[in-house]
Amino acid sequence: MEPILQFENVSRSFHKGRTVIPVLQDVNLSVNPLEFLCLVGESGCGKTTSGKILSGLLKPSSGRVLFKGQDVSTLRGDDYRGYRRSLQIIHQDPYASLNPTHTIYNTLSYPLFRHNLVRNRTQARERVAELLTQVDLTPAADIIDKYPHQLSGGQRQRVSIARALTTNPSVLIADEAVSMVDVSIRIGLLHMLMNMRTNLGVTIVFITHDLALAKYFAWDGRIAVMYLGRIVEIGSTPDVIGDPQHPYTRVLLSAIPEADPEKTRSKQHIQLRSEDIPALTDLPPGCAFHPRCPWFVPGLCDVHVPALARVPGAISDADVACIPLTEGVPLALHTP
Amino acid sequence: MTDIILQVQNVSIIYRSPRGDVRATNNVSLTLRKGETIALIGESGSGKTTLSLSFIRMLPNSARVTQGTILYTRDGVTRNVLELSDDEIRRFRWSDCAMVFQGAQNAFNPVLKIRNQFADTAAAHGYRDKAWVKKRTLDLFKLVRLDPQRVFDAYPHELSGGMRQRTLLALGVMLDPQVVILDEPTTALDILTQRAIIDVLKAMQQALHFSIIFISHDLALAAEMADRVATMYAGEIVEEGPVDEMFYRPLHPYTLGLIRSIPKLNHEQDHLVSIPGEPPNLITPPSGCKFHPRCQFATEKCRVDPPTLVEYEPGHLAACWHTDKVIEARPAAVVQG
Ligand SMILES: Nc1ncnc2c1ncn2[C@@H]1O[C@H](COP(=O)(O)OP(=O)(O)OP(=O)(O)O)[C@@H](O)[C@H]1O
Ligand SMILES: Nc1ncnc2c1ncn2[C@@H]1O[C@H](COP(=O)(O)OP(=O)(O)OP(=O)(O)O)[C@@H](O)[C@H]1O
Ligand SMILES: [Mg+2]
Ligand SMILES: [Mg+2]
Repeated sequence: MEPILQFENVSRSFHKGRTVIPVLQDVNLSVNPLEFLCLVGESGCGKTTSGKILSGLLKPSSGRVLFKGQDVSTLRGDDYRGYRRSLQIIHQDPYASLNPTHTIYNTLSYPLFRHNLVRNRTQARERVAELLTQVDLTPAADIIDKYPHQLSGGQRQRVSIARALTTNPSVLIADEAVSMVDVSIRIGLLHMLMNMRTNLGVTIVFITHDLALAKYFAWDGRIAVMYLGRIVEIGSTPDVIGDPQHPYTRVLLSAIPEADPEKTRSKQHIQLRSEDIPALTDLPPGCAFHPRCPWFVPGLCDVHVPALARVPGAISDADVACIPLTEGVPLALHTP
Repeated sequence: MTDIILQVQNVSIIYRSPRGDVRATNNVSLTLRKGETIALIGESGSGKTTLSLSFIRMLPNSARVTQGTILYTRDGVTRNVLELSDDEIRRFRWSDCAMVFQGAQNAFNPVLKIRNQFADTAAAHGYRDKAWVKKRTLDLFKLVRLDPQRVFDAYPHELSGGMRQRTLLALGVMLDPQVVILDEPTTALDILTQRAIIDVLKAMQQALHFSIIFISHDLALAAEMADRVATMYAGEIVEEGPVDEMFYRPLHPYTLGLIRSIPKLNHEQDHLVSIPGEPPNLITPPSGCKFHPRCQFATEKCRVDPPTLVEYEPGHLAACWHTDKVIEARPAAVVQG
């Protein structure tokens, strides 16, 4: 099966005055058709930047992005427009991403007209009502002429999702799309997104810092764990969550409180060697996690940059960027 | 009982707003004992912050406490916080009941060094012995695992979010309060930073023996930190009980709904159920039980008659006409734990 989207050695940096900030480094990733793929990791690890490059909003500094096997930088004319229409991103903050002076009809009809998907106002209202129904904002007639401030946070996020659907995309990038809404309505939103695979045939890249949510969303898909601009572990969700390989994934999973009192009280937390997160402008040599890694192997981890590979003998199907693991060097836990 | 520190009785709070009165807290009662941690959970706008601001009388001017008493006991003397003089309440806020506000790690005075923020707080409460203040500050830094050398002379912007939050925790307990109110203390912090804060909080509580009122919409955090949990919905406490009871044997449909909508990190696939509808408007709240429009068990009685808290198990209270149906609906996994 050909991936629908691919990163080939994608790097991205930003310039701030004279300093160069390497935000993504040498990322390889493929998204399969109708797959649910989650990007997880802590703040600043490059999830949004990856999402923007995946959706075509941002170009890589080096490396290639392929859409259905074609290098997107070579697409022109209708091919380029088709590619941009096929990919849509849902942003985190439904307040900031909806124009407060536009009604819901204005917001949703604008891309319809721009992409020549409707010919007139009657068609546009019909299509907008259909989109609102698709995101369970019913009856659509009650919502269509409202302004964002007249809606609740959950309803606004549904409008953002409806806007992403205006161009009939084949891939949705959902960047923390349910993080801002309350627990009690979050799962309803998530179920709606999940149903879009069956109902509308969309592939979803789900970006979140919440590993439990990632597990729920992509149980039959994959999770990619990022740290300081690189993927450190990627594999099928039950393996990454149930049998984490990379030291960073293990530390993360051990640190998260769980909504089960007995379990969370008896959880063993793996201690880091250091709590300091290195700056992107001053990344340590070798594996960027080595100064904090409790299994650090001197002379190896602080020298060579690890590449993603399977762990020999492991049951997990994950690829892991950790030299001791992938080269079979026994790990010993440093105790602080 | 002699170990009760804070006893909140029938407190109601209203905000006046151009669109009408917001009934942000309605007839809430709560008891906090020595060394205990109570978690207030509930969604955005349920009144968690409003309720806890009333404990230290920090409500904005548009708010009015329309009924109730807040009894505070120290060294055998009990006072109603709502009746303390202005001088008394100022002292009370740091020396008896300290609050770390929601998002406060971003609200430090940017031009003051950390050492001066501590010195100013101490001076404002009559602690002028500079040597004592410095020693106390450095001791507390050690307790919250901050490098004293690095933090003492730093400006707030030189510290990470996690370090600032730890500094705030240290500042909060400087004058040895009996009660510490923490409003979303780890929200917006990263997983590993959040872990460090939780561990620091536990160490602090063990060393200093204060009680904690912990506000969070994160049930996992409540499960780990709390001895008791109170669920708030639309300005009311709808269920309260020991943490294990609340998670394994919930009695209120809303608590059950929250638990059924939280994904777990175990090795099995989750089967989550969403709560239908949206939280109510507090200017014109629903009649009867405020949860009835979203409740799968609601009957005519719920539409008309507001239920009050009833004790079903020792220390486990719920305000619901149909707890029997909730018990039947508990998922097997929830019951077993
Ligand atoms: N336009 C930009 N100019 C300079 N630096 C940037 C820019 N965009 C992002 N960055 C930096 O790149 C890093 C990664 O940012 P990104 O938004 O991709 O992270 P993220 O994983 O989405 O984080 P979060 O969980 O906080 O949303 C951060 O250090 C950020 O400050
Ligand atoms: N100054 C104010 N004026 C008018 N209404 C207010 C004011 N502050 C809060 N409210 C309203 O009172 C209710 C309770 O708000 P409160 O901030 O106590 O909730 P919360 O549970 O702390 O929510 P969150 O989880 O978002 O912090 C909400 O409906 C809110 O809109
Ligand atoms: Mg982001
Ligand atoms: Mg609040």
